[in-house]
Formats: sequence, structure tokens, C-alpha cells
Amino acid sequence: MALLQISRLSKEYLGGTKALTDVNFSVAEGEFVSIIGPSGAGKSTLLRCINRMVDASEGEISFDNINVSNINKKNLRLLRRRIGMIFQHYNLVNRLSVIENVLHGRLGYKSSIKGVMGVYTEEEKQRAFEILNKLGLKEQAYKRCDQLSGGQKQRVGIARALIQDPKLVLCDEPIASLDPNASKIIMDHLKNINKEMGITCIFNLHQVDVAMKYSDRIIGINNGQIKYDGPPEALSRDMIYSIYGTEAGELITD
Amino acid sequence: MVKNEGLDIFAVRRRQFFIAGLIIAAITIVSTAITQYDPVKGITSVPKALWWMFRNFYPNANAFTRLPNILSKLHETFFLAVASTTTAAVLAFFFGLMGSKTTKVNDAMCKISRLVASVFRNIPDAVWAMIFLFSFGQNVLTGFFALFFVTFGVLARAFIETIDEASHASVEALQATGASYFQIVFQAVIPSSIPQVISWILYMIETNIRGATLIGILTGTGIGHLFLLYYRSLNYNTASLVVIAIIITVFVIEFISNYVRRLIL
Repeated sequence: MALLQISRLSKEYLGGTKALTDVNFSVAEGEFVSIIGPSGAGKSTLLRCINRMVDASEGEISFDNINVSNINKKNLRLLRRRIGMIFQHYNLVNRLSVIENVLHGRLGYKSSIKGVMGVYTEEEKQRAFEILNKLGLKEQAYKRCDQLSGGQKQRVGIARALIQDPKLVLCDEPIASLDPNASKIIMDHLKNINKEMGITCIFNLHQVDVAMKYSDRIIGINNGQIKYDGPPEALSRDMIYSIYGTEAGELITD
Repeated sequence: MVKNEGLDIFAVRRRQFFIAGLIIAAITIVSTAITQYDPVKGITSVPKALWWMFRNFYPNANAFTRLPNILSKLHETFFLAVASTTTAAVLAFFFGLMGSKTTKVNDAMCKISRLVASVFRNIPDAVWAMIFLFSFGQNVLTGFFALFFVTFGVLARAFIETIDEASHASVEALQATGASYFQIVFQAVIPSSIPQVISWILYMIETNIRGATLIGILTGTGIGHLFLLYYRSLNYNTASLVVIAIIITVFVIEFISNYVRRLIL
């Protein structure tokens, strides 16, 4: 049984922009899937439909046998806490410390009042330190996030997602704002999480070479439609051309 | 062809500039004519005014015997400004949350709170004071509410923008973790926007000290009223001491709030 099943998914924004048209695919538990495609192809929208940060116009999404599409507010909270999300711009609360940002990942498990006051249990704090240690951020735990480098910030973002104990992590352009060195560190960490902890990862990526190197499977979208769905080895040069449009394809594969 | 188009744009710019200048000149001439204001007389009377101030408008020994009274009124005005600003800020923050695109509860509430803030902001405090004169009479309460409503309007607007700017990204992230609305407000919105919020509150306290002085003339309270009393009774020396006291207070507050801003930002 697939962890994530997407069928006939379409999204039309107010004003008539068609972001996604009839998207179908499923993801098995433990997969490491990259979604590639040109800017504006609908990659971000697709990712955000999965945890309902964006409401789909049509189609069905089921995650772990729960129908995501018509779920009430309370159950949406329960769903989201099992899906971690990592962002291009890290989306941390920059004025708070690293450890506070990591613990934000536990808010979905807390009563509103405890979350408001920022009361976390001893186990949660210990777990946060374990995760930070694993990501090589132990020394930074009490620093404010605005003192960190981009790569370190993204690792805090990963830690925040991991402390949710997620079954699935959605990564929206996780390395688009990072230098090659930091990008490699982030990708290696994510691959580790996938291999060691068995957490399913779905990526939006701009870099085709990175997608080819790390993923078990690549989904190519153009203009809101799936053009390719298969293993990286089978992704031909011609296919990349058709995903990105010929002119851009030549630049990327050089 | 390209060159011609380029020239054309510059010609259009020059014409626009010329027409704008013409309109401004026309407005100035018409309004001076209507108000019978003579610019030459206006400018030449400045030295005379300065000379008059130099002879009459300075505190003398007698004025300083009134200092305790002046300081007590100054306290009253200062605390009126602070109290009206801080209470208005609490209400404004709530409206800021409702009106912000990031933290709105629904579209209707968002529009309504923006509209309410806009109405309160655009009616000046002096007009509010006049309105409340009917309800409360010449009273501190009138001044308080006049300042409260304008401050509320200005701060609500400022907070809407602050919240959108400072916390959009982190709010998205916390929503994605399954955090509840109030958890998001306290864990992301407030920590991200607090420096700008405090900065705005300090700015409004400064503004309201000046505003409270003027409104005091209307409502017959505080330092503004005291100034009017001395001025009307031709006690220019004491009136000047009132002015100096106000100026010093405003500068001190400005200095303190700049210092606080540097610390928090």
C-alpha cells in the first residue's frame, strides 16, 4: 500500500492560472523522490497540496490511508504534524534561538496553551539536542538563528521537521539558496534521514544533476503536467529537453 | 527608430514636469489670493516676530516660581500620552492580527478591521477631541479618547504591515508543523515583529505628547491649557517656560526611545 496516493489532482488559482492538471502518482514508504521542472511548472503547488497549505481544486490525495482533501481542522493539524516541511528560505523565527526553533516542530503535539507559553517536556528537549548533535549543530543550540549561515539555518529547518517524527518530509527547493558545499551537506543529511530512519522524502529541485545523483525516482513536470515518472537512469537527455523546453535543456545538461 | 522613441520619452517627461509646475504655481497664486496672504509681508515680519520673542518670550525668576505647577501638568500630559498609546496598542495588535494577510482568520474580518483602522486613522485627533467634548465635556477623558482612537488607527495599520513583513515565512512553517493559531501568534508572529511593534509604540508616544499638548488647549486640561492660561493673561515669561519644558520633554523622550530602539533592533 502506497504511503501517498495522488489521483487526478488539479489546481486552478483565483484568476484562472492553471497550476496543475490531472496529476497522478503514488509514493511508497521509504522512497526518495525528486520533482524537477522549470520555474512556474507547478512544483511548489504540488508539494503544498499534499499538506494542504494549498487547497486543490480537483482530485484526491490520500496520505497513510487518510483522505487529505476533505479533512476537518483538527484532523488537518494531526495530518500536518506527521508531514515535515523544509523551505528554500528556511522559514525560521530568526530572533529566537536554534533550540526554540527546533522545538517548534513539537507544537502540533501540544495543547494550545502549552504551545503558546513554550512549555516543552524534558524528553522533547533531549530529543531536540540529539537531533542537533546528529546534524552537527550542538554548539549552535543557544545561538539566535540570525547569527547562523544559510547551510546551518537549513539544518535547523531539517531538525524542526525531524522532531515532528514525520512519516514524510516535503522539501521545497531545500538547496536553491545555498552554495555547492552547503548543498552537499544538506543533501547528504536528507539522504541519511531517508536511509537510516526510513522517512519518505519528496523534493522540489532545480538542479537536475543533484536529482539524478540522490533520488530513487524522478518526476518531471512541465506546465502543470507530469512528463516523466521513473528512475533517474532512464531519464534521457531528450526527456530532460521536453521537461524544460529544448533551449534550456541544452544549458542544463552541459 | 529606437533613438526617436528615446527622445520622445524625454520630451514627454519635460512636458509633464512643466505642466506639474504650472499647476502648483496656479494653486499657490489662487490660494494666496483667497486668503489675502501677502508673501512679502509674511517674510518681512519674521525678523519682527523674532525681535518680539527676544524681548518678551523668555522665562524670568517669577516664571520659575510656577515651575512645580508646570511640571505637575507636564506629568499629566505625559502620562495621558503614554496611557492612551499603550492601551490603543493592545487593541491595535488584535486588529493587526485580523487585518494581516498572514494571520487573518477570514477575508471578511480582514476587510472590516482594515476599514475600521482606516476610519479611525483618517479622522485627526483634534476632530475626535471636538466630538468627545460633547460626550465628556472639558475633561481628561476627552483627550484620552481622542488620542486613543487616532493611535489605534495608525498602529493597527502599522502592525498589519509589520506582521506581514516580519513573520510571513515563519508563520507558513509553523502552520505546516500543525501548530494552532494562538501557538503561531505567540511562537512566530510576536517574536518576529516585537522590535518593530515596540518601535512604533515609542514613535506614537512621542507623537502623542505633542498631540496631547494641543488637545489640552481644546479640552482645558494638561500642559496645553496651562500655556493658554499664561498666554491669555499676558504672562509671556511663564508661557515661555511652559514651551521650554515641553521642548525639553519631547527631546528627552526622543532620546530615550532612540536608545531603546538601538537596543532592541
